[in-house]
Amino acid sequence: MNKLIVSPSPHDDNYLQTSDIMFNVCMALVPALVVGCYIFGYPALIVAVISVASCVLFEFLCRKLMKRENTTGDLSAVVTGLLLAMNLPSTVPFWIPIIGSFVAIVIVKQLFGGLGQNFANPAITARIVLMVSFPSIMTNWVDPFCWKNPDAVASATPLAVSGDNLPSYMDLFLGNVGGCIGETSALALLIGGLYLASRKIINLSAPVSFIGIVALLSFIAGDNPLYQILSGGLFLGAFFMATDYATTPISTKGKIVFGLGCGIITFVIRHFGSFPEGVSFSILLMNVLTPYIEQITHTKVFGAKEAEKVEK
Amino acid sequence: MKKLKGIKLNHRKNTEDCETIVLSVPAKVKLPMSMNMGVPCTPLVKVGDMVKVGQKIGDSDAPFSVPVHSSVSGKVTAISDYQTAMGAVCKAVEIETDGKQEMYEGIAPPKITDKESFIKAVRESGVCGLGGAGFPTYIKLNPKTPIDTLVINAAECEPFITADYREMLECTDDVLNGVRLVKSILGIKNEKIAVEANKPEAIKKFEDMAKNDDSIDIVTLPSKYPQGAEKVIIYNTTDRIVKEGQLPSDVGVIVMNVSTASFIYKYTQTGMPLTTRRITVDGNAVGEPKNVCAVVGTPIIDILNFCKTDIESVKKVIMGGVMMGMCVPDLNMPITKTTNALLAFSSYDDRKTSACIRCGRCVNVCPIGLMPAEIDKAYKIKNIDDLKALKVTMCMNCGSCTYVCPANRKLAETNQLAKMLIPRK
Repeated sequence: MNKLIVSPSPHDDNYLQTSDIMFNVCMALVPALVVGCYIFGYPALIVAVISVASCVLFEFLCRKLMKRENTTGDLSAVVTGLLLAMNLPSTVPFWIPIIGSFVAIVIVKQLFGGLGQNFANPAITARIVLMVSFPSIMTNWVDPFCWKNPDAVASATPLAVSGDNLPSYMDLFLGNVGGCIGETSALALLIGGLYLASRKIINLSAPVSFIGIVALLSFIAGDNPLYQILSGGLFLGAFFMATDYATTPISTKGKIVFGLGCGIITFVIRHFGSFPEGVSFSILLMNVLTPYIEQITHTKVFGAKEAEKVEK
Repeated sequence: MKKLKGIKLNHRKNTEDCETIVLSVPAKVKLPMSMNMGVPCTPLVKVGDMVKVGQKIGDSDAPFSVPVHSSVSGKVTAISDYQTAMGAVCKAVEIETDGKQEMYEGIAPPKITDKESFIKAVRESGVCGLGGAGFPTYIKLNPKTPIDTLVINAAECEPFITADYREMLECTDDVLNGVRLVKSILGIKNEKIAVEANKPEAIKKFEDMAKNDDSIDIVTLPSKYPQGAEKVIIYNTTDRIVKEGQLPSDVGVIVMNVSTASFIYKYTQTGMPLTTRRITVDGNAVGEPKNVCAVVGTPIIDILNFCKTDIESVKKVIMGGVMMGMCVPDLNMPITKTTNALLAFSSYDDRKTSACIRCGRCVNVCPIGLMPAEIDKAYKIKNIDDLKALKVTMCMNCGSCTYVCPANRKLAETNQLAKMLIPRK
């Protein structure tokens, strides 16, 4: 007879694994990626492939160099690669996603201890590093479908456009506007976000409070709220980055605080700042605040006595 | 009323329609002197003594102990040192059975006139909580504070186990009579029998039989684990919160397992102490899952063989449920008074533990609102102040956090280890 296994309870197990979660996030990003490739053409697909491949490669090399276990199998590097690609214009040269992947995977993720330990969202941080280092390349947005036209002209993200050239709501909703690969179609991002929520992979409290507060503040300030929430990277940020497990608070209360904070900062940057877009900065700033939010939003323990004041 | 959180488990109550089969008496039984919470007993017999069914063979003067009775008739062959599945060390009396199952002459229905004689009788019956934890019943029934509600725990929220369910179906009368007996002797006003919604037949049977009894309330609870945990069932049936450090009796409630109530009534009628147990035998290595009634002390391997288990393929055997049960290190170990299930599996989870991704699933499922992921972090750096503030001592080890963890982290185990870091007052 075999030796009997003795282990602590529970002995039952639901077999949901980290890689399943990451795979579902990848699936949820597919609609936005497909729309991005449809609108911006094959260059968008090339950017996405380079980005994912280099993220996975950097993860593999970095773990190898650090003599740690290979973790590419958990698919988290694929998610980071996809998110990074979504945050880039389709016109970037091939080395931009590679630098971005290096920043995301090596500097932000692995140097801070790997999966779950990074204090900031890798893809967002990579985008900001690229944005600050290569501003002209990173804002070289093109018009939709211009890849079919050799005389392509640079266009701007709708947030940087003023006056009569504003796109229609329908174009904004479907994604028929200029911008980064994955951020233009609110509809595709919404489908992905709702898919994740239905699979109970993300909690909608952060995205809803994020988008809600942006709409509310824009309305109060006299901006067009619908236009504000449909344009820029708001949907991408709200559904896919403000719901990142590692860099946002765990409790629902904390997630709401996080979403509200992101929304307020986004609004302030968009309304008062000189940058047209504030979503990435707002998420990064709130990532940094997450440990503090966490401290004040601990769950209430059922029937617990008030904590005794510990004298220090 | 807001119900506490819980998780949906795959119930796999494969044996719910299996009537209890009485197992023949084994050739040899081993009766540990510690089968419940409390002080182990001292053996009252010597090697070579002849004993009969129901004869007391172990007792203790300690205020928190339950006597042990022989479950067979035969000859004491050894008194050895024994380590229980919990890890406690005690003596065990080994008896070679003679197959006659002669009853001990002293067995007669106890005379119960008042509360005091009732409590004494309950102690002499050798009964402890039959739900699994094995708290001495006579202590539970003798609280210092006034009690106004008796909650009968018939939730049986663990997957696989149907032993209590069969008790409810096969001995419905005994359950209700037991409830009435405890109520009248302790002068308890309200009575709630709490059953999970996945046992409609038992609920219907109870409702039919208690139709004319207004004081008995049958409560249907949602089938969510851990519905049968004491604090959870008290809140979900009475709305009362058992605070940190309190006992159920502090809020005027006694919670009793359904089989315990039924047994108490049977004992008052026959005087036969607790010597047999209904056990659910299931798991993927068991050929014919069954409910069996076996004498306490029967070796596990005998019961598994009776249920056509492929012993060669067995990798893990659990005494109790899959969520909170204990692993058995040796198939020659005996079943005890608190064994309600034996689950044998030919496979086990050997996935590696990976890094916490802070998904928060453990926080969302904790029935009492702990943050296992944070406790895990605080435990790693042995931060006792943080562990105290995170209330790790309140963890009841239901295992929900480990169950849902996608990184396969053993969070419930960590909580138990963390508890040990906190000095007791």
